[in-house]
Amino acid sequence: MNNLLLIVVGSVLVNNFVMSQFLGICPFLGVSKKSETALGMGLAVTFVMTIASFFTYIIETYLLIPLHLEFMQTIAFILVIAALVQIVELALKKLSHSLYQALGVYLPLITTNCAVLGVALLNSRQGYNLIESVVNGFSAAIGFTLAIVIFANIRERLARSNMPKWMEGFPGALIIAGLMSLAFQGFSGLL
Amino acid sequence: MNLKQLRKVFMNGILNENPTFRLLLGMCPTLAISKAASSGLGMGLAATFVLVFSNLVISLLRNIIPEKVRIPSFVVVIATFVTIIDLLIKAFLPSMSSTLGIYIPLIVVNCIIFARAEAFAFKNPPLPSVADGLGMGLGFTMALTILSSIRECVGLGTIFGMQVMPESYQPMAFAQTSSGGFVFLGLLLLIVNALTEAIAKRKKEKAEEEIA
Repeated sequence: MNNLLLIVVGSVLVNNFVMSQFLGICPFLGVSKKSETALGMGLAVTFVMTIASFFTYIIETYLLIPLHLEFMQTIAFILVIAALVQIVELALKKLSHSLYQALGVYLPLITTNCAVLGVALLNSRQGYNLIESVVNGFSAAIGFTLAIVIFANIRERLARSNMPKWMEGFPGALIIAGLMSLAFQGFSGLL
Repeated sequence: MNLKQLRKVFMNGILNENPTFRLLLGMCPTLAISKAASSGLGMGLAATFVLVFSNLVISLLRNIIPEKVRIPSFVVVIATFVTIIDLLIKAFLPSMSSTLGIYIPLIVVNCIIFARAEAFAFKNPPLPSVADGLGMGLGFTMALTILSSIRECVGLGTIFGMQVMPESYQPMAFAQTSSGGFVFLGLLLLIVNALTEAIAKRKKEKAEEEIA
């Protein structure tokens, strides 16, 4: 239990995916102009990352390792994730229309979100077991959601302020992200 | 397609549509790998390798792959070349493999490679596709090397491991941290934006002068 708690705190705050490991930067910069869309993206990523951690663990332990195909890891994982995203999209469409409307547009983008493949690879490199992998996937995604929602709120405010012309857009956004990352570094004493 | 057009396609990736500076694609490796100039260069070249070969293969298969399954097909082609370069680096450059870590397999989801497969290689013959892959790859390598040289120089006082700053220079550790990565990329983009604007303005003035 203690171990799981360490993973949660570690992935949400200390080793935050966006702020200290640079995974999932594309959606972090791309889908963070409005706080609502940022939240939607965060929830969709959480959904997919938790399920992906589960399935990639199963695939690796029961398929790749017994068959000595570890070198196929990258190909196998990305195919599992791509298929999973498609299935989640279809399932959401059938089962819950309101959830589909909220998350649907973000789902196709998630296949190329490096956080999802990143968490699967990290789980395997850290040697996590099934429960640890799923917990790590879920908490890393919560960390992503936290970072993107805070960032979107700051950017919403920034849009109304008077910035120097050259700072507008990405340069300004990146510097804000740098300051946020500095704040997240303060958590490094927690573990 | 003649040589002049090929050159134009090639230069497009390096200048006008530089993936890092102009299109802002592939930000994850740009930020994560840019602590030292040598790892920036290594990452850039690995991505260039994947980009050139995936563009070539996708362009050769563009009439065979049905429109509907193109994305999964791209994924398989790209993942194959990423696996090849991953194994090659592990075998011949073990130290590079441990510095770059999971970012080598993560080239699979690098948006630059997807974007070029979708926007260029799937619509054009093999030769221009290779030129495009090479241009985009080298543009990415150039941007990554510039950023990582600056961060290494400010953060450690060295470039490619060689001392460039005077002995008395006190290294600024901030440049080596993750927040430093964001801030330095932001500042670099700011400079690039300002330069592009200044060049465009000068070109416009020149054109006006010629008319007058």
